[in-house]
Amino acid sequence: MTWAAGTIMLPLVAACLSFLVRRSATIWIVAGAASGIVLAVGSLAHEVWKHGHLRYPVGGWGAPLGIDWYADGLTILMLLMTAAVMSLASLYAWGYLTHASNSGENSPGQSTVTHERFWPLWFFLWASLNALFLSSDVFNLYVTLELLGLSAAMLMTLGGQPAALTAGMRYLLVSLLGSLVYLLGVGVLYAAYGTLDLASLSRISNSGPQTWTAMALMTLGLLLKTGLFPLHIWLPPAHANAPSPVSAILSGLVVKASFYLLLRLWFQTFNPHLSPSAGQFLGVLGAGAIFWGSLQAFRQERLKLLVAYSTVAQLGYLFLLFPLTGTASVAETAWSGGIYLALAHAFAKASMFLAAGNIMLALGHDRISQLDGIAQILPISLFAFGLGGISLMGLPPSGGFVAKWLLLKAAWDGGHWWWAGIILVGGLMTAGYIFMVLKRAFAAPTGHMAVQPIPHSLEFTALALAVFAVLLGLTATFPLTLLHISNPFSMAFITGGG
Amino acid sequence: MTGDAWLPLLVVLTSLITGLVIFFLREEQSRLRTVLNVTGATVKLGLVGIMLWGVFHGHRYEIRLPFLPELDLVLRADALALLFVTLSAGLWLLTTIYAIGYLEGSPNRSRFFGFFSLCVTATMGIALAGNLLTFFVFYEMLTLATYPLVIHRGTATALRAGQTYLFYTLSGGAILLAGIAWLSVLAGPVEFTHGGTLTHLTDRHDHALRIIFVLLITGLGVKAALVPLHGWLPVAMVAPAPVSALLHAVAVVKAGVFGIVRMVYEVFGVQLADKLGLLTPLAIVASLTILYGSMRALTQDDLKRRLAYSTISQVSYVVLGVGLIGPLAIIGGVVHLVHQGIMKITLFFCAGNLAETLGIHRISEMNGVGRRMPWTMAAFSLASFGMIGVPPLAGFISKWYLGLGALEADQSWVLTVLAGSTLLNAAYFLPILHTAWFKSPLTDVWSDNKPDGTFETKLSLLAPTLLTAILILAVGVFAGSVISPLEWAKLIAEREYRP
Repeated sequence: MTWAAGTIMLPLVAACLSFLVRRSATIWIVAGAASGIVLAVGSLAHEVWKHGHLRYPVGGWGAPLGIDWYADGLTILMLLMTAAVMSLASLYAWGYLTHASNSGENSPGQSTVTHERFWPLWFFLWASLNALFLSSDVFNLYVTLELLGLSAAMLMTLGGQPAALTAGMRYLLVSLLGSLVYLLGVGVLYAAYGTLDLASLSRISNSGPQTWTAMALMTLGLLLKTGLFPLHIWLPPAHANAPSPVSAILSGLVVKASFYLLLRLWFQTFNPHLSPSAGQFLGVLGAGAIFWGSLQAFRQERLKLLVAYSTVAQLGYLFLLFPLTGTASVAETAWSGGIYLALAHAFAKASMFLAAGNIMLALGHDRISQLDGIAQILPISLFAFGLGGISLMGLPPSGGFVAKWLLLKAAWDGGHWWWAGIILVGGLMTAGYIFMVLKRAFAAPTGHMAVQPIPHSLEFTALALAVFAVLLGLTATFPLTLLHISNPFSMAFITGGG
Repeated sequence: MTGDAWLPLLVVLTSLITGLVIFFLREEQSRLRTVLNVTGATVKLGLVGIMLWGVFHGHRYEIRLPFLPELDLVLRADALALLFVTLSAGLWLLTTIYAIGYLEGSPNRSRFFGFFSLCVTATMGIALAGNLLTFFVFYEMLTLATYPLVIHRGTATALRAGQTYLFYTLSGGAILLAGIAWLSVLAGPVEFTHGGTLTHLTDRHDHALRIIFVLLITGLGVKAALVPLHGWLPVAMVAPAPVSALLHAVAVVKAGVFGIVRMVYEVFGVQLADKLGLLTPLAIVASLTILYGSMRALTQDDLKRRLAYSTISQVSYVVLGVGLIGPLAIIGGVVHLVHQGIMKITLFFCAGNLAETLGIHRISEMNGVGRRMPWTMAAFSLASFGMIGVPPLAGFISKWYLGLGALEADQSWVLTVLAGSTLLNAAYFLPILHTAWFKSPLTDVWSDNKPDGTFETKLSLLAPTLLTAILILAVGVFAGSVISPLEWAKLIAEREYRP
């Protein structure tokens, strides 16, 4: 109980404190809060690992009157992923903001993100992510989703450039629209069943127009927020124009939150009432995302936009989980594969955005055509970009490979060779745009490049995230076992939590 | 788990750790880099020596690391693995010394040697892989580690070559993965076993197995440069000479062929593959590749390009050996894995010596070069004769056993292929020798411009070249001795066909 509360309260307290205290004390708050959250999440993980899934009534009032928090293997995995990526991104952000404020005077065009404005929002976002993963009723989820959207939109616009403002505004509107549509679905559910708790809903809901309407509305809202093709238009500019540490967590974590919610609704609440063709439909959209996102990534002239379009494509992979789980015998493999991909993508994409951010800091631009020879100037960042890229392509050894292997096996075993083909071709397209960048980076430099030195900590945090993405490919047993705890497809819960 | 089990892992780690450390060295720390490189390679050779002794006496070294649920990463040293490991580890040491001399003073050496070590790590992994998934992990790692070496110069041509290389190899990798995933679904985790692992599958799966075989061989055939999947190899010759040596003799092409050997003997098994009617088509593809590669080699004026087409042709001897049924053909095919490696690395070293010392890249520029660089050209001549198959050199031994194997398998048409290939080899190697030894030099610019004063080129370039040249002679002359590659190949064949 206390650990679950800690994961939400700690970042909230840090958000308030970092707003109140002087600049010189902020570093202690950031360091303390980050390590505190990691500790809290770790302890919660330990509890779930030992005892199986947990359910806490907040304030002593259980469902249906009060609010429940719920943690199973999936929750823990998401919380761990968030804790790891956010901590490393915090480290990066500290160096990034300090660097920006030091060099801000000499380059007026640069961002004006300050520590004072950044950290409260940052921790607020962290708190809403953790709260979202732990919530277990549809209204509470709405609240956390809304908080997440707001803090994300504000972080995006901190840089203050016109492009960032436009993109942030557009994101805010889309996000609000998504929440609104989702809320409408919540309303329909409440009218029909009189409860908002996911567990109760899964017990009493039945197949009928009310459930279907509610699901359709909620799904639409969440797809908007996740940015699944063809509802992705807002995503690339928003992710690409944000300050780099923010880009990293937007692509790595924030879009996963609404995806996580979709998983909860589809597979743990309304599973029996949904027709397989609905899952097929989401899969087709996912395939569309893979192709369209990759093609667009090829055509980009700016590195951060390329990375952002790559997110559009990778999100498509996540949705292959929906049709593949349709075949009972392979459902669990597909489920593990899809979620593992989300996990690996979080680390890989965060490292790539940070690496791209380093290039931008060093060169003052991120035009791909002018990156010749950058591998000699920022070898560590480029190495991070490459390692992250390997995971995205799904090449071994990396988390991306494990995920792709599981999805492939599920596709083949279930007789869906069609989806297997998409997975493989998608990987090749990914390789295409990643190597388009690496090729430039390895080219012999043309003429003199004006390079600003950047702090080593920025390079090494990017590398650390990439190394995590690779390690996920070598230590897959632990996360996969964790994921097994109370997963919707396994008959026997191995840790006896039931 | 005994201490023995760690040996295969250590063999992989000696180059992995070396590589990772080298990445973080500063450019000017060249002495430390050299020490690391040579130490890593020497320690590896020592470990390989211990395993050779053990495997010869019937030991098995195996280590399993948990990778996925129900699926381990397995490294296992058996006779076939050690053949490839010994070849690669030995040639790696020589190539490293060569590369240190070749790249002296050029930029980005830490990056180069870092990836160079990763390449060898991947090759060791491929050789020692005990199951299909482990093999795939290292196979893809090899692709990725080689790319930065191919484009090392950073020129437009190099970058284009790199693109072609990636296009072929990554597509091949995807096809291979498709085959592996399908096979794993049918048969569970696929371990490499003598005589094949698929014996428990029923006739019902025959059709699927045929498609899987084609997928696997296509995926591997890209690296093995089987026609028509060979397009990347001639293009990739823009890479520096040590990289070409690596591509053609030590790692990449070999990895593909070695994979084919594993698939046929230890996944499908000769009997099943034969029953499914897959071996004769494989032999035919190999024969076409042998002839086509040689034919294209005839018309190339660029020396390294001619050598590249020659590789396409020569490497398929191994595949041909696999495609024929019977122990003699196996011996011929498997031993050629080593023989081709030694001969081709010598040829590329020589080409590198010519380019680095005199700036010669084309055969038409080689007039009389034998007078300026007699040692290099002597090594080149020896390797050429070996390739043609002149007794008692390495190439002759391979061809002899392949020919015997063809007769044993009752496929006498193969003899025609072998004879044709010999003639073609002579037709594209002898003119080079004639140009180099008997024509008079076009210029006298390179008369007395010797880098080291005493030798015709740097000692670090010349010594590895001469060593491999001597090996070509040695493995042929001493083919009957216990420690020759031929005897080891016989050991493999015997274990493969033992009831």
